[in-house]
Amino acid sequence: MTTVAHLHEGTDAPYALSHLDALESEAVHIFREVAGEFEKPVILFSGGKDSIVMLHLALKAFAPAPVPFTLLHVDTGHNFPEVLEYRDRTVEKHGLRLHVASVQEYIDAGKLRERPDGTRNPLQTVPLTEAIQQLGFDAVFGGGRRDEEKARAKERVFSLRDEFSQWDPRRQRPELWQLYNGRHAPGEHVRVFPLSNWTELDVWQYIAREGIELPQIYFAHEREVFKRSGMWLTAGEWGGPKEGETTEKRLIRYRTVGDMSCTGAVDSDATTLDAVITEIAASRLTERGATRADDKMSEAAMEDRKREGYF
Amino acid sequence: MTSTTDQVAGLDDLAATTLLRFATAGSVDDGKSTLVGRLLHDSKSVLTDQLEAVEAVSARRGQDAPDLALLTDGLRAEREQGITIDVAYRYFATARRRFILADTPGHVQYTRNMVTGASTADLAVVLVDARNGVIEQTRRHAAVAALLRVPHVVLAVNKMDLVGYEETVFAKIAEEFTAYASDLGVPEITAIPISALAGDNVVEPSAHMDWYGGPTVLEHLETVPVSHDLTACPARFPVQYVIRPQTAEHPDYRGYAGQIASGVLRVGEAVTVLPSGRTSVIEGIDALGESVDIAWAPQSVTVRLRDDIDISRGDLIAPSASAPATTQDVEATVCHVADQPLAVGARVLLKHTTRTVKAIVKEIPSRLTLDDLSQHPEPGQLVANDIGRVVVRTAEPLALDAYADSRRTGSFLLIDPADGTTLAAGMAGEAFAAHAHEAEAEAVRADDAGWDF
Repeated sequence: MTTVAHLHEGTDAPYALSHLDALESEAVHIFREVAGEFEKPVILFSGGKDSIVMLHLALKAFAPAPVPFTLLHVDTGHNFPEVLEYRDRTVEKHGLRLHVASVQEYIDAGKLRERPDGTRNPLQTVPLTEAIQQLGFDAVFGGGRRDEEKARAKERVFSLRDEFSQWDPRRQRPELWQLYNGRHAPGEHVRVFPLSNWTELDVWQYIAREGIELPQIYFAHEREVFKRSGMWLTAGEWGGPKEGETTEKRLIRYRTVGDMSCTGAVDSDATTLDAVITEIAASRLTERGATRADDKMSEAAMEDRKREGYF
Repeated sequence: MTSTTDQVAGLDDLAATTLLRFATAGSVDDGKSTLVGRLLHDSKSVLTDQLEAVEAVSARRGQDAPDLALLTDGLRAEREQGITIDVAYRYFATARRRFILADTPGHVQYTRNMVTGASTADLAVVLVDARNGVIEQTRRHAAVAALLRVPHVVLAVNKMDLVGYEETVFAKIAEEFTAYASDLGVPEITAIPISALAGDNVVEPSAHMDWYGGPTVLEHLETVPVSHDLTACPARFPVQYVIRPQTAEHPDYRGYAGQIASGVLRVGEAVTVLPSGRTSVIEGIDALGESVDIAWAPQSVTVRLRDDIDISRGDLIAPSASAPATTQDVEATVCHVADQPLAVGARVLLKHTTRTVKAIVKEIPSRLTLDDLSQHPEPGQLVANDIGRVVVRTAEPLALDAYADSRRTGSFLLIDPADGTTLAAGMAGEAFAAHAHEAEAEAVRADDAGWDF
C-alpha cells in the first residue's frame, strides 16, 4: 500500500503529485478544516464505496489519533444485509460511534407513508434532517461527487443548509481558493463533500491503490433478480417481484449501494478490483444513469431532493 | 514500497496521470457551451445515458440538434432561462491527463463566478468570436485571469468557419489580445484558432487552417506544465489541527496537521512559528501514515517538532531562513462577491489560510473599471462584482505573503460576522504583475522568480 507520493527523479517535474495523490491531499485538507472549525461533525456512512473511501481518508487524516467524528446511517429498512454487516463490522473495527436513523421506524410510527412505487430513497430526507437537528450536528460529511449528476456538479465543497436543511443553489457562497467558509447560524449546518472532485473511476482506483475492503455486492456474484423499469432488482421481502415479474439467477454486480427497491444491478463478470476498474473505464453509462431509478423520476429529480435536504 | 496499482495490469498509465484544473470564460454567444460540449464529447466523457437525456429534451423542445448546453446547465433556473448562472465543475480524462473544468458563466454580472473558477485554475481559456474580435468582455476576462494570477491563458478564437478560416483575422485578434494580456502581466498566452461547432483544432487538428502550426486546444491542455519546481519557493505550512492521540500506544505524540501551501519541508530543518516567532527544528514528517524525510506542496502531512512549544490552528510554520514578515495592515485587491456592499469602516472577519481574525476596512482607495483598467478614486464602498483596492487593519498579526508570490498564502476572504456571508475575495499586494513591475522594479521581479503556482 502506497500512501505517499514519491519524487519522480529525472523528470521535468520532480515535485509532481499524481492525480490520486492530489485528490487525496485535498480531501484530507477538507476533513481537517472541518475538525478545526466545527463543534459536532458527523460522517454519513452507508457502507457504500464513497462513504467507505471517506472513512478511509478520515482515518488517514487524523492518524495516529482516532477519527474525531461520529457516523450516521439513514437506514431505509431495505438495505442489503451484506452491507449492514459490513457497516457494523467497520464501526466496531475502528472503535467508532454510529447513529442510525430508521425510515422503517418513521413508517411504523405513522410519521412517513410508504410510496405507491415502494421506493424508499426519497423517504430518507425526513429521518436524516431530523437526526441532524436532534443530535445537533453542525457539519455533515457526504460522499457526493460532482461527476454523479448535473445538479451535484453545482454543489459546493462546503454547502450551507438552513434550519430546514434546505439547499438553495442561488444562495450558494462562492468558493474561492481552498478557503472554505463554514460559518453558520445556530440551527443551520454545513454539508461537506470531500470527494467533490473525484470521479467514479478515481474512487475505484483509490480503493485498489489503498487495498480497501468493500462489501461483496460490488463484485460479480450470482443472485436472484427480476427486471423492473429496465433494471435488475434483487428479489426480497421489500416488495419484489410483483405479479408478472419473474426472477432469474444472473451473474451481476452493483455499482452503487442504496435502497434495494431502486438500486439496480449490472450484468458483470468482474470479480476483482482490476476487472471492475477495466469495466468502468469502458462503460458508456454513468453510475447513476445505469442503476438508480430515483434519479430518473424527472430532469431535476436530484436538484429537487437536494433542495429539500437530501444528501 | 510498491503501489498496488502496479498489480493492476495495463492501468499504470491511468494512475500516473497528473491533474490540470482549468476554467473557461466567454461571453454569452461566443460558443463556450459548444466548446465545453465538444471537449467532453470528443474526449468521450459524455456517456450514453447523459447524451440520450440531452437528445430527448432537445427533441421535446423542437430543436434540430442536441443542445450540448443542457449537459452543463444543471439547475432548473438555468434551463428555464437558457443561461448559466453558477460555476459548475466538470471532469474528464484522456490517456495523458485528468481534468477538472470550472465552467464559469460569461454574464457581466457574474464576474464573481469567474473569480471563483479562476481562483483554483492552472489555466484559463478565454473565448472570442472571430467576427467580433477583442471586445470589452474579453478584456474583462483577461484582467480577471491576470488579477487571479492564473499561470496560463489560452485565447481560443472561435467561429473561424464564419470568417473563411482567414489567417489575417486570427493574427490580428491574437496580436491585440496578447499585447493587452502581456501588459497585465499574464505570464503565458497561447492563441488557437478554432471552430467549436465544426470541431476545428479543438480535439482534432483542422483541415481548413494549414497556416496554423500550433497545438489543438486539447493537446495544449494535455501538455501544458502544471507542476512547478517548488524547491525555489520558501515553504509555508499553515497549521490546521493539532493531533494528540493521548493513547497508550502514542502517549506523547503531538503533530501539527496541515497542507503544505508552498515549497518543500525537510526533516532537520530549522523553522519559525508565526506569529509568535518561536523557533524549533522539524523532527519528523508523517505523510498520511508513513514517515518521510521530505514533503512538498500541496501534500497534506503532519509535522512534528523537536521542542514542545505552544502551536495551534492558525499558526504558520516556515523555514527560519525564509519566514515571512507579519503585519496587521493589509493592502490588497478584492473582488466583491456578495450582494450587500462593503463600505469604509465595516467590521469584518478575515480568513487567511487557517486563521480567522477580526478586521476593519480602513480605506477603499480605488475601484477598478475592468473595461479600461482605469481607477475610480475613493468610491466609498464596493458592490457586487466590483474589484477594488482596500486597506484593512486586523486585530492580530498575519503572516501574509504577496498574492504574486503565493496564491495560497497571499489570498484571503472577508466575511460578514453577522451572517457569515463571504463578502470579498482578497489578494494581498499589487494588483497586476505588470504594475508591480513598474512600481517596484527589480526587487519584485527577483522575488517572482520561481514563484509560479
